[in-house]
Amino acid sequence: MKNTSPLPRKRGRRHPLAGVALMILGLFVTGGAYAATTAGIASAETQTVDAASLVDEGGKLFLANCASCHGTNGEGTDAGPSLIGVGALSVEFQVGTGRMPMAASGPQAERKPPQFTQPQIDALAAWVASLAPGPGMPDPKYYAADGDAANGAELFRINCAMCHNVAGAGGALTEGKWAPGLADVDPIHVYAAMVTGPQNMPVFNDMNLTPEEKNDIITYLAYLDEAPSVGGFTLGSLGPVAEGLFVWIIGLGVMVAIAIWLTAKSN
Amino acid sequence: MAKKSGGDSHDYSYEPEVGAAVVPSDQASNPGLPPERPRITDMDEKFEKQAERRIALFFGLSIVGSIIAAVSYNAFPITPGDVLSTRLNNLFTGLGITIGLLGIGFGAVHWAKSLMHGHELVEERHPVRGTDETREVAAGMFTQANKESGFTRRSLVRNTMIGALLATPIPAVALFRDLAPKENPNDVLKHTMWEAGTRLTRDPSGVPIKASEVTIGSAFHVIPEGLAEMHEHKLEEKAKAAVLLMRLPVEDLNEVEERKSWSYEGIVAYSKICTHVGCPVALYEQHTHHLLCPCHQSEFDVSNHCEVIFGPAARPLPQLPITIDAEGYLVAQSDFTEPVGPSFWEREL
Repeated sequence: MKNTSPLPRKRGRRHPLAGVALMILGLFVTGGAYAATTAGIASAETQTVDAASLVDEGGKLFLANCASCHGTNGEGTDAGPSLIGVGALSVEFQVGTGRMPMAASGPQAERKPPQFTQPQIDALAAWVASLAPGPGMPDPKYYAADGDAANGAELFRINCAMCHNVAGAGGALTEGKWAPGLADVDPIHVYAAMVTGPQNMPVFNDMNLTPEEKNDIITYLAYLDEAPSVGGFTLGSLGPVAEGLFVWIIGLGVMVAIAIWLTAKSN
Repeated sequence: MAKKSGGDSHDYSYEPEVGAAVVPSDQASNPGLPPERPRITDMDEKFEKQAERRIALFFGLSIVGSIIAAVSYNAFPITPGDVLSTRLNNLFTGLGITIGLLGIGFGAVHWAKSLMHGHELVEERHPVRGTDETREVAAGMFTQANKESGFTRRSLVRNTMIGALLATPIPAVALFRDLAPKENPNDVLKHTMWEAGTRLTRDPSGVPIKASEVTIGSAFHVIPEGLAEMHEHKLEEKAKAAVLLMRLPVEDLNEVEERKSWSYEGIVAYSKICTHVGCPVALYEQHTHHLLCPCHQSEFDVSNHCEVIFGPAARPLPQLPITIDAEGYLVAQSDFTEPVGPSFWEREL
């Protein structure tokens, strides 16, 4: 009887991994084709529109994207509150920071990449503003970040730091809500948030913090974004919590390791 | 019980008296010290050379570190007003010095552990008790001193001396007691700057607040009129008088009958000082009407007179009764009706 060695791998005309390779090639082709065609659609030309058609365009966008939760006339449903009277500034904040359209229902909407272009946001804002009077867009000089950073820092510490952390690193609130970090936030959105009081943030109207004071606060936040931290690594600007973690685990760990090494017998 | 004889007895075995407790047959015996383990640097010359090179490396790194520290102090100059230049200078100079010192430390310790004399030495403990002759001499000294001074015999001088020594620290009690503040702390804690007619003003500017400026969902940080201009005891007064002013929709406010007059058209004012340990409670959630203290997460429900709904606080936040004056500015009707802030011993509950 001939010595039967294990059979060699069957060699056909196709490599055994040919099927897998074909699948991957197909996925790339279809994905690439889709990306190419949608890129073509997305690069629409900017259209100059007058005020009335801006409101109309906003209405169409609203019906397509927002009405399922906010009602066809912005009157609100069980899923979303009424938008009558929230003003153009609320829309600029919520849609401009990407919070709306909300990704999933929950205690708070999170900041994410905006889903609309700026002309579309302006159109939505114009339509919502047409429903009822509400906070409108401020004079750009009030969010130019050229105010008094020291005064802004004092106002920030008194009014904002308890939720947003003294360095604007954000903080936790109750039951799944949080105060977001303020790093790299557009000045207009900071202004809008103060005026409109999104979700559970309190309202800081222009009589509580004057527009000049709001500009000072925005100046302080811009200073925080630019200035290097005085004490070295910020560790998230969480103060004693992060520093304590570092010292107790790394610092004390190294000291314990050295103490053990000092008294251990050399091998 | 077998008594160890005095002197150099190293007998560790225990022999019980006949008729005493039961002796177990598997009584543990002293195993002695573990056998000595030789070091690898003593056994193999290759490892000895390796250890030598390692120690030399540590010392060499130390030299390099010291040079880095000296050079980088000038290589990263500090320009006034530029925080980053200070950080870089500190970082590299510090790193250089650290490496310089740690290099010497690690090198010296490794030399001692791996290369220096490696045999284990055991030094036996000597017994603490002295010889009987020494003890008799020592006892005799005390007896002689007692006889010569008359300490035991002369009771009058001895007792009056002890009395005088005990009386000496008594003035210290009077002196240190005077370090405490002059005011009765109960009076200080039970009253704040708020009085009938004191206007509510913004923090820190001190500008009075009109009721029409407080819109629904607003949160104003409030200090009493006059605090912004104070110079003496400003922070002590602010620590008791700080108030948070909020406006809720009237239908959301559930007020008890006695306190219906304490708010004004949905505008309510509560002490900012947490009743747990005294942190400022100002994390106001506009829609849930919850007030959170960030320190220990006590939660207060503003729509129900700031009753505690979560956390370690024991009492609701004290409410400041407010109303408006003739010009429409918000004013307090009186001081708080209970002490603000955490509990203290004399506080009436």
